[in-house]
Amino acid sequence: MQKYRANLMMCAGTGCVACGALKIKDALKAELKARHLEDEIQIVLTGCNGFCSNGPIMAVFPDGIFYQKLKPEDIPLLVEEHLLKGRPVEKFMYQEPDKKTKVPAMKDIPFFNLQVLRALRNKGMIDPEKIEDYIARDGYQAAAKALLHMTSEEIVKEIKDSGIRGRGGAGFPTGLKWEFCSKVKSDIKYILCNGDEGDPGAFMDRSVMEADPHVVLEGMIIGAKAIGAKMGYIYVRAEYPLAVKRLQIAIDQAKEAGLLGENILDSGFSLNIEIYEGAGAFVCGEETALMRSIEGKRGMPRPRPPFPAVKGLWDKPTVLNNVETFANIPPIILNGADWFRSLGTEKSTGTKVFALTGAVNNIGLIEVPMGIPLRTIIYDIGGGIKNNRKFKAVQLGGPSGGCIPESLLDTPVDYESINATGAIVGSGGMVVMDDSNCMVGMAKFFLEFTAEESCGKCPPCRVGTKVMLDMLTDISEGRGKEGDMEVLKDLSADIINTSLCGLGQTAPNPVLTTIKYFRDEYESHIKDKWCKAGVCKTLTTFYIDETLCKGCGLCLRACPKGAITGEKKQPHKIDNELCVKCRSCYVACPVKFGAVKIGPGNMAVGAESK
Amino acid sequence: MARLKIEDLQRIKEEHKAASTLREGGFRAKITVHMGTCGLAAGARNIMSALLDEIEKSGVTDVIATTSGCAGLCSREPMATIEIINNPPVKYGSLTEDKIRRIFKEHIIGGNVIEEYALVIGSETAY
Ligand SMILES: Cc1cc2nc3c(=O)[nH]c(=O)nc-3n(C[C@H](O)[C@H](O)[C@H](O)COP(=O)(O)O)c2cc1C
Repeated sequence: MQKYRANLMMCAGTGCVACGALKIKDALKAELKARHLEDEIQIVLTGCNGFCSNGPIMAVFPDGIFYQKLKPEDIPLLVEEHLLKGRPVEKFMYQEPDKKTKVPAMKDIPFFNLQVLRALRNKGMIDPEKIEDYIARDGYQAAAKALLHMTSEEIVKEIKDSGIRGRGGAGFPTGLKWEFCSKVKSDIKYILCNGDEGDPGAFMDRSVMEADPHVVLEGMIIGAKAIGAKMGYIYVRAEYPLAVKRLQIAIDQAKEAGLLGENILDSGFSLNIEIYEGAGAFVCGEETALMRSIEGKRGMPRPRPPFPAVKGLWDKPTVLNNVETFANIPPIILNGADWFRSLGTEKSTGTKVFALTGAVNNIGLIEVPMGIPLRTIIYDIGGGIKNNRKFKAVQLGGPSGGCIPESLLDTPVDYESINATGAIVGSGGMVVMDDSNCMVGMAKFFLEFTAEESCGKCPPCRVGTKVMLDMLTDISEGRGKEGDMEVLKDLSADIINTSLCGLGQTAPNPVLTTIKYFRDEYESHIKDKWCKAGVCKTLTTFYIDETLCKGCGLCLRACPKGAITGEKKQPHKIDNELCVKCRSCYVACPVKFGAVKIGPGNMAVGAESK
Repeated sequence: MARLKIEDLQRIKEEHKAASTLREGGFRAKITVHMGTCGLAAGARNIMSALLDEIEKSGVTDVIATTSGCAGLCSREPMATIEIINNPPVKYGSLTEDKIRRIFKEHIIGGNVIEEYALVIGSETAY
């Protein structure tokens, strides 16, 4: 095999590709060629590296140097200095917020070194389109062990003992699910993988499918053997074209290598897997709706029981697991249940992948041991709140989840502790919010989503979410009434208790948690007609505190409507007739002055500095 | 790719060991070819090519080659530093392609320092 002295692991996840990774690759290729280094140095396109806010990203091995935010014009210098002369280039390296020094090695960057990679163990280390790369990192060894040396019962026992719970949101023990299905007698059974990933802002499963597609297949092979399925489907939304492409390449390669199809590895066991592209409806991630969708029908949930383990796809016994759940299966089979339990808590074992986003400095994909405090994730891995603003809340679990306030930041991230706050671990969306976010607006955002995505089959969800949304809209536009919060809470309880599927049963969570932890914000919206974050436009007046204004002119230049006037070094003024409440002045005013203020919506013009 | 048998999984893993060593560490020996302007002018690029050729031909997977800047003794370029785990580093100077090939075979593989080419054995100290 060709011997290279260095590997350039270039992230080609969706995020980095969107910010120009392929252009960087072309520039690298051209530069390596120009310097006759192409036989010495290999460029490897990998799946998502995880540090998405800092793309395009490249890690150079064997040195383990991490480069970020690369531009095509940086490449000649980088190649000459680092790849030719062996002098890593500081200016393209990572720098911790508020620190002056650069951190050259990937393993020393807190964002990476506080993580434990299990489900994501191959991210950035392999070319996802090469089965050999996967096999080189122990790929398909677990499938071989399961097919050749383990009985169905032994597999089920190992998975049960590991304590792993489904990573798709509900947290149901995977081993139990497999056991139910394995005990049902039927000559036809199905194994399904849920790659629908409908939570807004979540990209855990997409990254696994893009960065390591074979691990999904291997997990499914093991699951299929455990329950006795011969056919499997991966349900992926069509909005994930790269995931679909890489999974298809992986399936074709696995078939050719005899790792899928008839008589896998001469074990006598056979399994075929196909991809089913979904149209991207949130409800189609729900298990019974997903199965109807694969059958070619409209994706709508049906009541359970019967559970899919008994009557699932085409009424045959079926197991559905999430992408990340499957990605955890091969290492459990290889290393054993005790190894898996060595991380996490008693009831929430192993690690969990989160899509960390919002007001933190480091945005991206992270994998952490269960039980880690929220504070560690946000302040150490996430690098704290951007622009020195104040933390307000962290939203977990997307439209089915809830907001957790500052006072609960030491909550360990495990299923029980997070549920106790009113939020859920969910599938792994984690949105951090600072003091410029309005909690009523946040609840409204998620309700808009669920009301829109409700399939309409059951009235509590169809009508209930709409009524709640209308009330939230009223509150955010100044028509809120005393008692609204109580009505919202009542309605929530009814929707939770009477909806057919998880969509309705969890849709009120964002509203309930914000009322619970940010009641004062609802009150100021309802009683004072004042959105103190300055987000709900009808409930906001921007004004300048003359005693604080230094007349620096930043707000004046930032205003797109010319609504601000004032001489240099003299206090400025906002003309509320012209102001469109875009917040530009508020953002532009230096934090040390803090002269742009947010008043209630009906504030009398001219009364601002009283 | 032909249908795989269980043994093939191990074989493919072994074949790719070199790439894994590069990406994951765990190498036994590291050869640094000094490529400052002086090294480059003296022909360090050819030293690297010859070295990579030897590594490839030998089939070893636990040896990596890398570059670094000027080693400070420009008149003796091209130079290379050999670091074998649990052994003091050795610097060789005035290299030629033949010399690096011999160093690879006798020192890296054979474990014997070629004293006639060696400049220093052990790390130089700052005082
Ligand atoms: C409205 C709704 C949407 C869902 N969307 C997803 C999804 O996108 N991905 C997923 O894995 N599970 C989703 N689920 C959960 C699935 O119904 C199911 O519990 C899960 O796929 C089972 O796999 P697991 O046990 O491995 O988590 C959703 C559930 C509901 C109610």
